[in-house]
Amino acid sequence: MSDTINIAEPVLEVKDLGVRYETSQGMVHAVSGVTFDVGKNEVFGIAGESGCGKSTLIRALLRLLPDNADSTADRMRYLGMDLFAMSDADFREKILWQEISLVPQSAMNSLNPVYRVGDQVIEAIRAHRSISKVEAAERVAELFDVVGLQSDLMQSFPHEFSGGMRQRAMIAMSLALDPGLIVMDEPTTGLDVLVQERILRRIREIRAEISSSIILITHDIAVIAELSDRIAIMYGGQFMEQASAIELFDNPSHPYTLGLKNAFPSIQNLGNELISIPGSPPTISGPISCCPFEPRCPFHIEQCAISLPQPLDCGNGHEVRCFRGDEAEQLRPLAADKNTWRSLN
Amino acid sequence: MSVSAMSRWLHSARLGVGEHYRIIQANTLSRIGFRVIVVFLLVSLFAPWIAPHEPWEMLYDSEGKLASLRPPSLEFPLGTTHLGYDLFSQLVLAARTTLVIGAVSGTISIVIGANIGLIAGYYGGKVDEILMRLTDILYGMPFLPFIIVLIALFGRKIEFVILAIVLIIWRTSARVIRAQTISIKQRQFIVAARARGASDLRIIYRHILPNVLPLLLLYAAFNIAWSIITEASASFLGFGDGETISWGGMLYELWLSGKTRVAWWWFAAPSVCIVLLVTSLVFVSRAYEEVANPRLRKR
Repeated sequence: MSDTINIAEPVLEVKDLGVRYETSQGMVHAVSGVTFDVGKNEVFGIAGESGCGKSTLIRALLRLLPDNADSTADRMRYLGMDLFAMSDADFREKILWQEISLVPQSAMNSLNPVYRVGDQVIEAIRAHRSISKVEAAERVAELFDVVGLQSDLMQSFPHEFSGGMRQRAMIAMSLALDPGLIVMDEPTTGLDVLVQERILRRIREIRAEISSSIILITHDIAVIAELSDRIAIMYGGQFMEQASAIELFDNPSHPYTLGLKNAFPSIQNLGNELISIPGSPPTISGPISCCPFEPRCPFHIEQCAISLPQPLDCGNGHEVRCFRGDEAEQLRPLAADKNTWRSLN
Repeated sequence: MSVSAMSRWLHSARLGVGEHYRIIQANTLSRIGFRVIVVFLLVSLFAPWIAPHEPWEMLYDSEGKLASLRPPSLEFPLGTTHLGYDLFSQLVLAARTTLVIGAVSGTISIVIGANIGLIAGYYGGKVDEILMRLTDILYGMPFLPFIIVLIALFGRKIEFVILAIVLIIWRTSARVIRAQTISIKQRQFIVAARARGASDLRIIYRHILPNVLPLLLLYAAFNIAWSIITEASASFLGFGDGETISWGGMLYELWLSGKTRVAWWWFAAPSVCIVLLVTSLVFVSRAYEEVANPRLRKR
């Protein structure tokens, strides 16, 4: 992150985070060179297609990586505390859920089927705080109210809940200990549009009530546009572009972002044909030597295949990892033309 | 089978006595099996009051002759042995031994098997490797030589019979629970629990264990049934506790007496009891198997 972004109190600082998986096919770089800060009360959105490394990124953050993964970072701090220096036990007791909580991917299946929903939240609270069952139950009722669930639903089992209710229960659970940072991994995936809308509205309302920062991870640009203050676009394990939400949608500069924008329907231009990006996302194995988007990029130049571009600062906290990041003005009209993308095939 | 139906059955196994009763009552065979087990339990509980004679008491008939090898009659409901012992009294008193051995070794073996399975399955890697190779070694252990050595070393005592049975029997439950644990630990709610800062032990015993419970109960019933059969075999071969009478021991005495071809009643009573009790346990375990594996349920 360049110094031009003025975040007074970063809750989370991550610098040059990399995660490698050791597989039978060799090293896979799931995440590399990821740098970002999350400010207080900020919603930081990370968007990218499946397999781009979003989930690995948050797993690294929460130390939920599998054994064959190895993460490195120049810096990873939560409120100034060095997360990398912390022992596993300390991290589990002091950081996990108390400070950084997670609304997991497919939150629908994240409740243990054999316990009542309320009991699960109570148990989780009491695992971290020494309070009585009754006090914990009161807290859960409060939380259920915040996410719009009736408190008598605490007595239900997860299978008696609809998908949206389970999702809300998971959000309630993530709020339980007033964490400083909530990571929401695909909070609306798998829900129908109406329930999605309801959940998003709820998240927005909760945001107004609590002081937690949120990292929102999704492949759905619409969700991210609606909720985020700042957005990072991820591809091939790297942040391709990072800017405030408004800036990103007004002045997208990375060819990948331009392609993504083409691929999403817009209310203003109904009837326009959607343009998809040809090709499929890469698996980054072996050393990283070029821009991961190069093979699919209609604007690639010789340099793209030889070396990895470094983040280019476009001012206003807008960063683009592209050799042609400064030519965005010229590329934008070209990118809107579907023939540009077709010529690749 | 939908996930919600599965979870409904899963949590029902964790509920109170009433739920267990409901599971057993849901199926005719398990209902019958359950009643048979209850009868055996009552008999073994009140054995000293039910049995008309001491197990090794020589009985004489009204004419003062030794009641040797009498077939079932009103006086001796199940007949007598060649030494004039009352088989009915022996059978009733032996029920207690058999049930105690079955319950104790069944319970201990399921506790060992469940823990080894949970730990091996949850931690994986080296821990799994070591525990599962240990299980494999036990799979290679023939039961009879094993119990012979154990009895030779420590004497014919009920504790060592139980020990031998437990050491042999936990292996299957360990493997099955391990497999189930591996499947459950990859479920989303386990990841979610870990993200909430749950420790390994909490995840194993609070989150995984209740989910393997139906399977655990099924194998508990199996283990008890197998313990009873194993004890009977061991006793029949003369490796039982000489001081206590058991069904297998009764068959052993029949074998020793050399009257196998003559005294059908001597052979019938303990055999029928063994078969009846083990079958009942299997029937009840079937009811739990339907909980653990709903595909077996009638639609």
